[in-house]
Amino acid sequence: MQNTKIIVGLGSCGIAAGAGKTYQKIETLIAEGNLDVKLGKTSCVGMCYREPLVEIHDASGVYLYGDIDESRVPEIIEKHILEQKPVKEYLVKTDLFPTPDDSFLKDQVKITLRNCGMIDPEQIEEYEAHGGYQAVKKIAAEKLTSADIIKTVLESGIRGRGGGGFPTGLKWKFAAGYSSPEKYIICNADEGDPGAFMDRSVLEGDPHTVLEGMIIGGYAIGASDGVIYCRAEYPLAIKRLNIALNQAREKGYLGTDACGIKDFNFDIHIKEGAGAFVCGEETALIASVEGRRGMPRKRPPFPAQSGLWNKPTNINNVETFAGIPWIILNGAEAFANFGTEKSKGTKVFALAGKVKRSGLVEVPMGMTIRDVIFNLGGGIKDDKKFKAVQMGGPSGGCIPEYLADTVVDYDSVTATGAIMGSGGMVVMDETTCMVDVAKFFLDFTCKESCGKCTFCRIGTKRMLEILERITNGEGKPSDLDELIDLAQQIKDNTLCGLGQTAPNPVLTTLRYFRDEYEAHINQHKCPAKVCKNLLTYTVNESKCTGCTVCARNCPVNAIDGERKKAHTIRQDACIKCGLCFTKCKFDAIEMS
Amino acid sequence: MRINRINKKTPPTDPTVSNFSEIDKLLAEYKGRKGTVIPILQGVQEILGYLPPRVFQKIADNTGIPVSDLYGVATFYAQFRLHPVGKLMIKVCHGTACHVQNASAVSSAIEEALGVKDGETTSDGLFTLESVACLGCCSLAPVMMIGNDTYGKLTGAEAVKIIKEIRQKEMSTTSDPVNNK
Repeated sequence: MQNTKIIVGLGSCGIAAGAGKTYQKIETLIAEGNLDVKLGKTSCVGMCYREPLVEIHDASGVYLYGDIDESRVPEIIEKHILEQKPVKEYLVKTDLFPTPDDSFLKDQVKITLRNCGMIDPEQIEEYEAHGGYQAVKKIAAEKLTSADIIKTVLESGIRGRGGGGFPTGLKWKFAAGYSSPEKYIICNADEGDPGAFMDRSVLEGDPHTVLEGMIIGGYAIGASDGVIYCRAEYPLAIKRLNIALNQAREKGYLGTDACGIKDFNFDIHIKEGAGAFVCGEETALIASVEGRRGMPRKRPPFPAQSGLWNKPTNINNVETFAGIPWIILNGAEAFANFGTEKSKGTKVFALAGKVKRSGLVEVPMGMTIRDVIFNLGGGIKDDKKFKAVQMGGPSGGCIPEYLADTVVDYDSVTATGAIMGSGGMVVMDETTCMVDVAKFFLDFTCKESCGKCTFCRIGTKRMLEILERITNGEGKPSDLDELIDLAQQIKDNTLCGLGQTAPNPVLTTLRYFRDEYEAHINQHKCPAKVCKNLLTYTVNESKCTGCTVCARNCPVNAIDGERKKAHTIRQDACIKCGLCFTKCKFDAIEMS
Repeated sequence: MRINRINKKTPPTDPTVSNFSEIDKLLAEYKGRKGTVIPILQGVQEILGYLPPRVFQKIADNTGIPVSDLYGVATFYAQFRLHPVGKLMIKVCHGTACHVQNASAVSSAIEEALGVKDGETTSDGLFTLESVACLGCCSLAPVMMIGNDTYGKLTGAEAVKIIKEIRQKEMSTTSDPVNNK
């Protein structure tokens, strides 16, 4: 048992799945049995679909167990620790023999996520032991100049991972070009896309790499101060960032002569966001940091010239910063070896929706979408038919199955009408209604529009009204042209990314799934059987046993029938809640 | 548009609580610093549970920032509340992954069981129901969060069952669940 270590994954998703209780249970059992076992914490390794995850290191090797809730802990301790017999049933990964889950990790290349799930994010020493803060030490030791660093970042070809895809080196070069005693570097951690959780995982799993990336960026552009603008909805990320900041200050990576570089006085502070999607846009984010309503303004002047407190400012996303230390340490060429001609390196995706293995993956640019979903993601849940994948959140679009061989890089994804975005990848199957998805995103952007530009404020509302009409079965054939017309006007007449991309979900679904829109409008049918008002529930008399379950559960008493005789649904009273459909044990309720 | 967040039905009420000394301490901490409107409002909400009108005037007097600006910020961001809320927030996730896995059924089942709509508080002051954009637990979709606990892979019936259990527990531990934070 000596040198045995148990590590529990305590990221947000793990905790939600019960990892906190698992940890406590293991702690108790170790104490009760007086076991010579060390207990440690780490964060998310990306296998959210098997949380809670528990890793055991012992003399024979490393074993990663999945689905270990509190109740399974005694079995694991008993068999693996006491009897030294690994429990194959829950085993997710080990180097000793193959497991079905190996294909989830096999094709991944981890640069940004290199430490996530590997180290305890609350211990700076663990980060240092995994090559942490070596990049800043290299800068100090080799006396690299700002120009050297910017050259390396430019040559690596890394582009903004927040969605825009603007070359990071170029951005730094612009910011470095404006001299000012006060200059800021901001980390955009306002991850607001519904369906995306890459930044959260990086901040929770490896906060120091983000800090190191910011220190390097701060040094390169000559910044006096750093700000991390983080969503208040990520309390664990904020907590771990605060711990990391204090540790980095104590070790001299931040503060006066930071990292031992003479006259480089640099510190980083956290600003908590207060819940506004539009604050992901640079100028809105700056307004929010200054304590105002987060409304974008006209550019130029760009933040590089006049940003926070009207001083030169550079803003990058969490994932971008997280990759920088690796690039400085391993060189531009090593990074550029991965990826395609115009999109270098790797990209992190949050795989979710109707996919078997949802979680966080990091793949080299140039992998096909199909490979991500089927090789890594294991295919579609319940083996249903793959219909589309949504990329880029409310600014992105739906890519249909027949374009799934599109490779992931900025330009190929943009060509489909979607965008790479920050990395949300929500998989949809035959039971997802594309008109409903478009309506969902429009509803989101409409609510989140800051209201400054008329076309975004009112245009999204008008588009939403049309979509609501269509999903209610009251659509007109002219609606589709009107949607396209409105979409174009919104794109052309709004200031920021939110407005300019808001119509994308509608435009892509119209482009690839026009037949679904037409079925809603012309036949008043929802082919995926999602839009409530277009559904009718009926009883199949041959299957109905007259058990009365449906009638008793119907909230509006719309089901009639005697015991042991076939029931009927009164259509005029039915509110289409679907309760009878889910309650019937004999599949006698039919939906059409 | 974000202005829709202003609830026009009931006028904001003033708190009966008198722990303004904590707010004084908070204001002193931020005195003379720039860009502090959001942290101050967050701090006040942490203390009182929401932002009552009297507090706006107090912050304005202390910082010199006009009430209109403070109100503008408070109504812009989703985090700020101008009304008291229940003891526990039920946050039902309506992110993309939850939406395609039928989060609306979870919301409507809760609405029906508690007799409240999105944004409203139950008459016993125990729960406030709120739809949120994304809780970031997409792999467990559909998800809801009650207090600090997250519940995943829900159906409407399961969500209602969990809420009923919590209510029962609350009823047995306290005779008066109405408690502004």
